[in-house]
Amino acid sequence: MRMIRYTLLRALQMIPTVLLVTVAVFVLIIIIPGDPVLSMLGYYADDVTAVPHEIYDRMFRELRLDRPIPIQYLYWLGDALQGDFGKSVVFRVPVIDVVLSRVPATLYLGTASLLIAIVVAVPFGVWAAVKNDTWVDHLASGFVLFGVAVPGFWFGMIVILVFAIYLGWLPSIGYVAPQEDFLRFLKHLIMPATVLGLDVAANILRFQRTDFLDQLHQDYVRTARAKGLPGQVVIWKHVLKNSLIATVTVVGLNTARLLGGSTIIETLFSYPGLSRLLIEAIYARDFPVIQAVVLWMVVLVVVVNFFVDLIYAYLNPRIRYTTA
Amino acid sequence: MNTNRGDTAFGAGQAAPAWRRETLTRRIAGFFLRDRRAMVGMILLVVMLFAAFAGPRLVPYEPDQPNVRNRFAAPSWSHWMGTDRSGRDLLARVLAGASVSFRVAIGAALLALVIGAPLGAVTSYIGGLVDDVTQRCMDAIIAFPARLLAIVLVVLMGPSVVSLWFAIAFSSIPRYARIIRGSVLDQKEREYVEAAHAIGEGRLAILFLYILPNVLPPLAVQVTLDFASAVTVEASLSFLGLGLVPPTISWGGLLNDAQQWLEEAPWLAIFPGAALALTVLSFVLIGDAIRDHLDPRTRRRGRMR
Amino acid sequence: MALLDVHNLTVDFNLGVESLRAVDDVSFTLEPGEALGIVGESGSGKTVTALSIMRLLDPAARITRGQIWFDGRDLATQDESAMESIRGRRIGMVFQEPMTSLNPGYTVGEQVAEVYRHHLRLSHAEARRRTIEMFERVKLPGAREMFNKYPHEFSGGMRQRVTIAAALACGPSLLIADEPTTAVDVTIQAQILSLLGELQRDMNLALLFISHDLAVVSELCTRAAVLYGARLMEVGSTDAIFTAPRHPYTAGLINSVPQRGQPLQGVPGTIFDLRSPPPGCRFHPRCVHAQPRCNREIPELTRSPASTPVERGHVYACHYPLDRAGTRPT
Repeated sequence: MRMIRYTLLRALQMIPTVLLVTVAVFVLIIIIPGDPVLSMLGYYADDVTAVPHEIYDRMFRELRLDRPIPIQYLYWLGDALQGDFGKSVVFRVPVIDVVLSRVPATLYLGTASLLIAIVVAVPFGVWAAVKNDTWVDHLASGFVLFGVAVPGFWFGMIVILVFAIYLGWLPSIGYVAPQEDFLRFLKHLIMPATVLGLDVAANILRFQRTDFLDQLHQDYVRTARAKGLPGQVVIWKHVLKNSLIATVTVVGLNTARLLGGSTIIETLFSYPGLSRLLIEAIYARDFPVIQAVVLWMVVLVVVVNFFVDLIYAYLNPRIRYTTA
Repeated sequence: MNTNRGDTAFGAGQAAPAWRRETLTRRIAGFFLRDRRAMVGMILLVVMLFAAFAGPRLVPYEPDQPNVRNRFAAPSWSHWMGTDRSGRDLLARVLAGASVSFRVAIGAALLALVIGAPLGAVTSYIGGLVDDVTQRCMDAIIAFPARLLAIVLVVLMGPSVVSLWFAIAFSSIPRYARIIRGSVLDQKEREYVEAAHAIGEGRLAILFLYILPNVLPPLAVQVTLDFASAVTVEASLSFLGLGLVPPTISWGGLLNDAQQWLEEAPWLAIFPGAALALTVLSFVLIGDAIRDHLDPRTRRRGRMR
Repeated sequence: MALLDVHNLTVDFNLGVESLRAVDDVSFTLEPGEALGIVGESGSGKTVTALSIMRLLDPAARITRGQIWFDGRDLATQDESAMESIRGRRIGMVFQEPMTSLNPGYTVGEQVAEVYRHHLRLSHAEARRRTIEMFERVKLPGAREMFNKYPHEFSGGMRQRVTIAAALACGPSLLIADEPTTAVDVTIQAQILSLLGELQRDMNLALLFISHDLAVVSELCTRAAVLYGARLMEVGSTDAIFTAPRHPYTAGLINSVPQRGQPLQGVPGTIFDLRSPPPGCRFHPRCVHAQPRCNREIPELTRSPASTPVERGHVYACHYPLDRAGTRPT
């Protein structure tokens, strides 16, 4: 019951953020320098004569440029809610179809890199905290510094150089759908996912180590040991549960970072995901697609954070009972 | 009710450590001398800055001077980092890229500070609706992945140093606003601010005299770490071809070029990337060291069997 | 034979460049079923003494000298796995902060039940049954419903009952209570103290009660040990210590307990920095009766010459002890 109330409350809090985001994305089109009709049609110059009259007029009406801007926004929002983002200038098909065709690849990449990051960072962070100030801890600090300082696209190039060019083990670019050939799908996924995961892994590891170290000094740890529980039980039962609660939040916060990083990684590996679509659309000045992708990405981040908060509340008895 | 916490606090009334009595400059200098990470970071940074601003004059090649007879030369004594597809000296180009990187990164980090900090201070001091609305806007900005926001903004404003400053700075603004906001809300309640009110000091004076000194350390950490991320974001924008375009030389642009010749001339990718990574590393080392120095939590030592 | 015999216990902290002695040559005994209070200001070494017995000291601390005889074994030399079978099973411990000493992530029931499962190898169901019994024993209202509650749903007093239940679950013969009532308010304090007294009698527990509050110690304990600056100042029956303290520091502490009709008289001055203890008697810089000798010689613990039952076992470390009337003989 409390959980349901908390969920609803949190969902309500999400609405203003999402609305503000839609306003921002809508304003994108308005503040592009030049004629919005020409922009939406993919032209650079303000040369109205370059476009046939009927097409210009149709676009003008479609964008409802004859109406006041707030009305334009409401129409645009209404269309967007129904999945209508207009037509792609480049692909000549509805934007939503283009976007949807790229979503699976991005989801695979995002999920895989997040999984790699978690699997590496969480146990390593715990280990580094338990073995505080030993070689394990120093190794972890080195890993964090490496992950934070080395830009993903450079690391990606080095990885391509070693594993694709010199060793020839993995394909350097491209994507194969999992339903087509799962093994080749994995081969194409592993490099970009690892490179993308590294940056996030460094963040999670840094947090996990600090938080675990902090937890180890809590009074409840001493109580648990005073009860005669072995050190391993105290660490893996008492401390881990409390520390993982906080890890959930950090993982959630890093999804935004992951999406931002994917713009570079998908481009480097010619991986046909949403981020690559965005960059392609930018090169082609395909504004309807740019608008839709940006909106999708930001809404994705907001929704992920919503679920993260729910999981956090579910795991953390204090929030579960007090906030609702 | 007495709430002392057992015997962990050894010895009350000990004398202040010697460094507390030193001047600010000597304290900062002492910090860099004592903390190994900070010192390594500082040395790296000084080397990179020297390379960026004095380096081009020390290299006997012009960064834009092609030499078709010496294309894709591997690193050698005459070309330490090799040459590119037009036979241009890579070292000269990497050094030229360094000054661009620093100009963009320092500008972006300072711009975010200059916009974010006063915004946070003023809105949280006013409070009420202004504060609420600003907070919601900050939430919306934070919802955007930072790099995505930078990409969108730079596309809107076109590639130039100034638009890169804004594009990169924008997503950091909420972080500064929040640092200040937290501190202002905290300090507002403190007695000495109330006392200052009572003796009739103006709001602005209070802001500058009492709140500013308290937020300087966290701001310093944020600015340092922002330099690091600004260098990376600038490089990624140029790498995507959205940042500064040729003939301006940037590390991201060099890496973009290198991509096509990865097999033939891997040095084209290795050296600019290494310069980038070392620059980021220098800022991260300094920023981390300052943060750990300020946060007693991470300084704490302890181990479990 | 004494249940607990702490003999010349010395604990050093290594703080990197410097070190300090947090417990210096402390000896006392505790008989089965007896309650001993350890009294002192913060920094006197009373918590470190307790943690040494449990071998739960900070990694920076080491027992550098002395023995801790318990049940015929020297706890100071036991290895970690031997200590794990003693902690919670033979010796229970209750800490000062009930708000933070329970794990916020587990139910209070689980935090007691795990002790049964771990030490007595009981099944989940049996552990649960025994936990609820224990909750009734520490007078948690509605013990059965309490099992699945989380610590944050409890008041400080209720949490302290839970930690007492966990400490006593396996029927230990010694309970160490480190200022268990310092962080709760006065009415709860009285309840917890009477509960502890009751449990101590019913379970034939030996109680090592650590406090800075003399009044509480005199109420609960039959004997008391007074610590100052890591060293023992005076040990004896509470009757002897409170009616006729021989050490000026103890007398000062007694005077600092507010009593009706008497002016409050704290011990003047503050405790020294443990990193640089004064020479001679630790207390002499604050002692109103200090003589030149106090600055040079560390006083040994000496037995009270009187042989009344009350005075039996009364020892003090002072060159110029107070007489029975509480004044210095001339």
